[in-house]
Amino acid sequence: MTAATAVPAIRAAVEDAAEAIHIEDLHKKFGQLHVLKGVSLSARDGDVVAIIGGSGSGKSTLLRCINCLENPTSGIIRVNGEEIRLKGDSHGNTVPADRRQIERIRSKLGMVFQNFNLWSHMTLLDNVIEVPVHVLGVKRDEAIAYGEQLLARVGLAEKRDVYPAFLSGGQQQRGAIARALAIQPRVMLFDEPTSALDPELVGEVLKVIGDLAREGRTMILVTHEMKFAREVASHVVYLHNGKVEEEGPPAEVFGAPKSDRLKQFLRNVG
Amino acid sequence: MAAGHFRIRPQSQTRGYKLDVLVSLFGASTLELLSFEPPGWGANLLRGLAASIQIACGAFGLGLLIGIGGAYGKLYGGPVVRDLLETYTTVVRAVPELVLILILYFAGTDLINQLMTALGYPPVDINGLIAGIGVLAVVQGAYSTEVLRGAILAIPQGQIEAARAYGMPPGLLLRRITLPAMLPFAIPGLANLWLIATKDTALLAVVGFSELTQTTRQAAGATKAYFTFFMAAGVLYLSLTLFSEVIIKRVERWSRRGMPSVSGPH
Repeated sequence: MTAATAVPAIRAAVEDAAEAIHIEDLHKKFGQLHVLKGVSLSARDGDVVAIIGGSGSGKSTLLRCINCLENPTSGIIRVNGEEIRLKGDSHGNTVPADRRQIERIRSKLGMVFQNFNLWSHMTLLDNVIEVPVHVLGVKRDEAIAYGEQLLARVGLAEKRDVYPAFLSGGQQQRGAIARALAIQPRVMLFDEPTSALDPELVGEVLKVIGDLAREGRTMILVTHEMKFAREVASHVVYLHNGKVEEEGPPAEVFGAPKSDRLKQFLRNVG
Repeated sequence: MAAGHFRIRPQSQTRGYKLDVLVSLFGASTLELLSFEPPGWGANLLRGLAASIQIACGAFGLGLLIGIGGAYGKLYGGPVVRDLLETYTTVVRAVPELVLILILYFAGTDLINQLMTALGYPPVDINGLIAGIGVLAVVQGAYSTEVLRGAILAIPQGQIEAARAYGMPPGLLLRRITLPAMLPFAIPGLANLWLIATKDTALLAVVGFSELTQTTRQAAGATKAYFTFFMAAGVLYLSLTLFSEVIIKRVERWSRRGMPSVSGPH
């Protein structure tokens, strides 16, 4: 297990790295439903934070609050030291105060979705260069050169002109990872990236994500793959009922869980 | 011989009568009326067709813009915008188009002139083409709003969410993601609207605009060759539709380029 030995070394090297994501006392309510009840979380550059938890524990909601795909009800979110400004609207919801700030922050966060969400009317390469060219203002030929490099990296060089509907789930998800990498993100956000895949396709996607973790990319990963989380994460957060029930290095969280709920959870999924 | 003579005459009379009917329907003399050289009316009919196509293109295009705005407003607008658009689509789709055209054309031009007078300008003569396009665009816009709203709802929401997650501003998202992604779902409905637009231009005949139907009526009235001219107009409308269908098929194939064929491999 080269990963298990490599990751602590990386973590040590970035011990005093800047804080990439900082979340403090985050609450999220959907109407009467209180999904997040005061979650705090922090990731420095180079950290790989795995968020685990049962269904309905709020782990996806937490991830989606980071780039305001869900607007938090209250709390503080800082990305690269910049706090997302929120305000109340006329319906009593909290919404971003400044659309441009949100757009700027989002363009530094590479989100990978459970259902891939590639744009179906564009070829794979067009998907990869879309945001660099049209949002970030990168020159088209430069974006294409970098996009081809990224597609080669995820093993899809020959599929550059294929439309997403003609690719397997695993290929689509690897393409989606290339799309996220193309914006040269400060942080990668993975929302259950293998949950919609056939079992035999999970491995190829996990391999790509694992490689990214090993090269020291900052990422936050919501996952059901416990073995994988243990291998690549530098920090594991166990969410239960909208609260952080237990967190720590993977060896402690998986090797010596303290809370009964986490023990129960690991027994059920393991 | 007298008897033989008697037998022949009624026959030739019947033949002559039949011929008269045919001549009045399709006779060589009336077909000449379709020639492009005066006194033929062919050139006039083609000018009428050109005017109809112009109005249809203008009304469909403007209606599409109204429809995009309307669909967006209905889906993402505030309560006031939604209510206003709901009123617009309900009223326009409730009132017969002919009535609507008469109201908008006469009341509309009257209103504009009253406004001009109130502002201290002399009344203006409103161009029939512009007025026709405007009136039909209001009708088309209401139907487009609903077609496009349905098509936008049919886009897998994850694709729009992905665009938001990568920091696309709303205008760019509309242009790069929403519009091209909804197109395959909108084409059948929009194709209907286009074909309706080409034929709705005929309704402008009631306000005296010289499009194809009005020109046909004039030609038929002047020459009394009703059948010839209305058949000719019918053929022109039919060829416009056939040509449109070729274009629509191409656009549809292009818009579905990212989708696997429904029928599967043969």
